[in-house]
Amino acid sequence: MLAASDIRVQEAPFDLGAEANAFAARQTGMGAVVTFTGIVRDLDGLLDHMQIEHYPGMTEKALHAIAEDAHKRWDLGGSLIIHRHGRLAPDDLIMMVATASCHRKDAFDAAMYLMDYLKSRAPFWKKEASGSDASWVDPRDEDEKALKDWS
Amino acid sequence: MDVLYFAWVRERIGLPRETVQTSAPTVADLVVELRAREARYDMAFSDLSALRVAVDQELAEWDAPLAGVREVAFFPPMTGG
Repeated sequence: MLAASDIRVQEAPFDLGAEANAFAARQTGMGAVVTFTGIVRDLDGLLDHMQIEHYPGMTEKALHAIAEDAHKRWDLGGSLIIHRHGRLAPDDLIMMVATASCHRKDAFDAAMYLMDYLKSRAPFWKKEASGSDASWVDPRDEDEKALKDWS
Repeated sequence: MDVLYFAWVRERIGLPRETVQTSAPTVADLVVELRAREARYDMAFSDLSALRVAVDQELAEWDAPLAGVREVAFFPPMTGG
């Protein structure tokens, strides 16, 4: 029986503090909670907004499969993935993951694993709009390489 | 079967999804059929190394069989997180 993973794909914003607190409060007997948050960045000061497209149905399945793999590899009390889609502005929170374990290393490693896999294996695509230009974000070679490091 | 397109594949083809009557045995054969239709399909599928495919919502290879499959989706590499 796997420990609980909470997966949410949503357009609405989420409250990082409330989610982290609620996640931690659900963990009993755990010594460590790690959270990671992805934020829309505007490296050149030109980004107007980002549009995140996803594949409803497959996205939830892919995230559940990724979480299940993490629970098999590490002794986790629980895990959480929230990923937004739709239109986001610079500095908006895109997503978060949280992991709980008895030991910090498992919690950190599992959070890293969830991030590495969902970046390249969950069906989300980002399109950045700056002024009159809009372009799809290309995958980065190091993201694909990160997956090889886990295998 | 239903064929779905996402991100720039959707933009190039101009459709998010369509129903396709096909007896193509594999994904690669379906791609050949789609490319033969019109230039916009041919262009969208011109570089398969820039594309990924999911069969019934699971990532698949180009030689994946299509017998009994309900949904095939084409899209660029994912950029979540």
